[in-house]
Amino acid sequence: MILRGRAHKYGKNVDTDVIIPGRYCNLIDPAELGKHALEDLDPGFVKKVRPGDLIVAETNFGCGSSREVAAVALKGAGVAGVVAKSFARIFYRNCINTGLPIFECPEGVDGINDGDTITVDAANGVIRNETTGREFRATQFPRFMQDLIAQGGLLRYVEQRLAAKAATGDRTPDAV
Amino acid sequence: MIGKPRGGAADPGKAGCAGTPKQAPVRFAAASGKGGRTNVARPMTITEKILAAHAGLPEVRPGDIISICLDLVMANELSAAVAISEFRKIRGAHRVWDPSRIALVPSHFTPNKDIATATLSKMMRDFAAEQGIQHYFEVGRGGIEHVVLPENGMVGPGETIIGGDSHTTTYGGVGAFATGVGSTDIAAAFALGEMWLRVPPSIKIVYQGRLRPFVSAKDLILRTIGEIGVDGAIYCALEFTGPVVRELPMSGRFTMANMSIEAGAKNGIFPVDAVTEAYCAAVGKRDYTVYHSDPDAEYQKTVVMECSQVEPQVAVPWLPENTKNASELNDVQIHQAVIGTCTNGRIEDMRQAAEILKGRKVAPGVRAIVIPGSQKVYSQCLKEGLTEIFIDAGCVVSTPTCGPCVGGHMGVLAAGERCISTTNRNFRGRMGHVTSEVYLAGPYVAAASAVTGYITSPEQLALPVGAAV
Repeated sequence: MILRGRAHKYGKNVDTDVIIPGRYCNLIDPAELGKHALEDLDPGFVKKVRPGDLIVAETNFGCGSSREVAAVALKGAGVAGVVAKSFARIFYRNCINTGLPIFECPEGVDGINDGDTITVDAANGVIRNETTGREFRATQFPRFMQDLIAQGGLLRYVEQRLAAKAATGDRTPDAV
Repeated sequence: MIGKPRGGAADPGKAGCAGTPKQAPVRFAAASGKGGRTNVARPMTITEKILAAHAGLPEVRPGDIISICLDLVMANELSAAVAISEFRKIRGAHRVWDPSRIALVPSHFTPNKDIATATLSKMMRDFAAEQGIQHYFEVGRGGIEHVVLPENGMVGPGETIIGGDSHTTTYGGVGAFATGVGSTDIAAAFALGEMWLRVPPSIKIVYQGRLRPFVSAKDLILRTIGEIGVDGAIYCALEFTGPVVRELPMSGRFTMANMSIEAGAKNGIFPVDAVTEAYCAAVGKRDYTVYHSDPDAEYQKTVVMECSQVEPQVAVPWLPENTKNASELNDVQIHQAVIGTCTNGRIEDMRQAAEILKGRKVAPGVRAIVIPGSQKVYSQCLKEGLTEIFIDAGCVVSTPTCGPCVGGHMGVLAAGERCISTTNRNFRGRMGHVTSEVYLAGPYVAAASAVTGYITSPEQLALPVGAAV
């Protein structure tokens, strides 16, 4: 999968409350959530973002709440992926589970300016800044997470575990 | 099995998850370590021992990716609603793995503030009935999840607990491995009773010295986050140790474990001692396993906090790491004070607030909102006369709810308003309008500030030290 879009660059510690404020956490629909993405950090974001754009940010992106709607809101706004120096751990899991591609790449963040056009090869983590011609390589996901993503996400993995448990006689009430 | 095993290796045969079919060991990937593994189990931290036991492995090391069986899975109405809709998508999962090991707690926007949140709560209520989930805490019989579960004896030493709420780290106060996850992880756990995770490296924080009057566990954890930063423990386990910690009551341990996530930690954990065991006995928690960190266990780093000089703390907007001494912020005017929540909504917190508010009045221009964390705490406040003290002082006393902490209801802020709050996050817009401000503090400081209308250290009120309520 090749992602291609403009970079919207933000600082460190972008928290889940500015990604999707608590007042919208009574929403579930991705499109509705998307209308309020990053509202309290950059009120103009939803007007300027185009489908396929990427967010580029410093350290600890997504810190704070466990609200999975934070990842969903970004997807709902059309964000194709996030490149950051580091991610908060719950947000990291939520992105893998909801299928929002994320890339840890400190050098890439330093080498991308707001508004640059970038392409990311999700398969190998190569990030290319089309505006400057520079290339960067994101930290590889551990093998287990790569497999999880390749299988189609956590729920498909759960289905396989349920089936395996049923086959080995390790019965769970629902796998009979 | 109380008291065993102490020290030594994890004992996979004696892991928790009683009643769950014994899990085959699962290690998806070993961390690339220095040299090979030996037959002798490596020295481990308490977090590593709990994880190893629940993965059915003799040992784990930081970076390993493992699957653990879970003793308890918790969700509130916000995380449960999404989790339930994800659960429905899992082929082959019609019933949850164990209805006795799931806790569902309406807490955030409850009693429901609008139709949308009422709908989310109803989804959870209906799911609890459909699946026969035993631990569903209806409004009026529960409160805030992280106050309710411990006081009902539902979390114990050596257990593994995940929750659809980032402050699930609270249960590390009793020496459990407890961490917050998103809704899809909760859905997976509903079906499987398992979770995959990367074993975290541990950071040890040693609290030395003696606490000054009016310095509470909240001040210690704020000071700690100020020291190490909001990403100071990212992906790590925080282990709280030292002589000061040994003196802390369980309420204070919950407060500190609760805010581990504000340093980015996966979990925060306390050693299990006589205080823990007395608490477990009092709340009826039985059949738990005690693990202790080995003396030669490996830590990513050790931070020593000298507590004797720590003053009452305040974290100023917009991050919990922006800590200052309360006494340096006397020119900051406040419009609201919130005392309660999963961080400071226990009876000990209510007593601290009442100690300050007794015989005093909330300043004109300040709304003081006191929120006992559970029905039990609410009832205890009434019995001890604390509710009367709060009302006489001019506070409103609310039903248990997360309400204002998440900018939900029961105390949302207007543009430009400032709140001193015993909650855990002071992010931009957290409690309301994007230009409103939250200052984080403990109950003593929040109450003292409510009295003066400006951020105030309780020492500045010239109270007799330790004046009883």
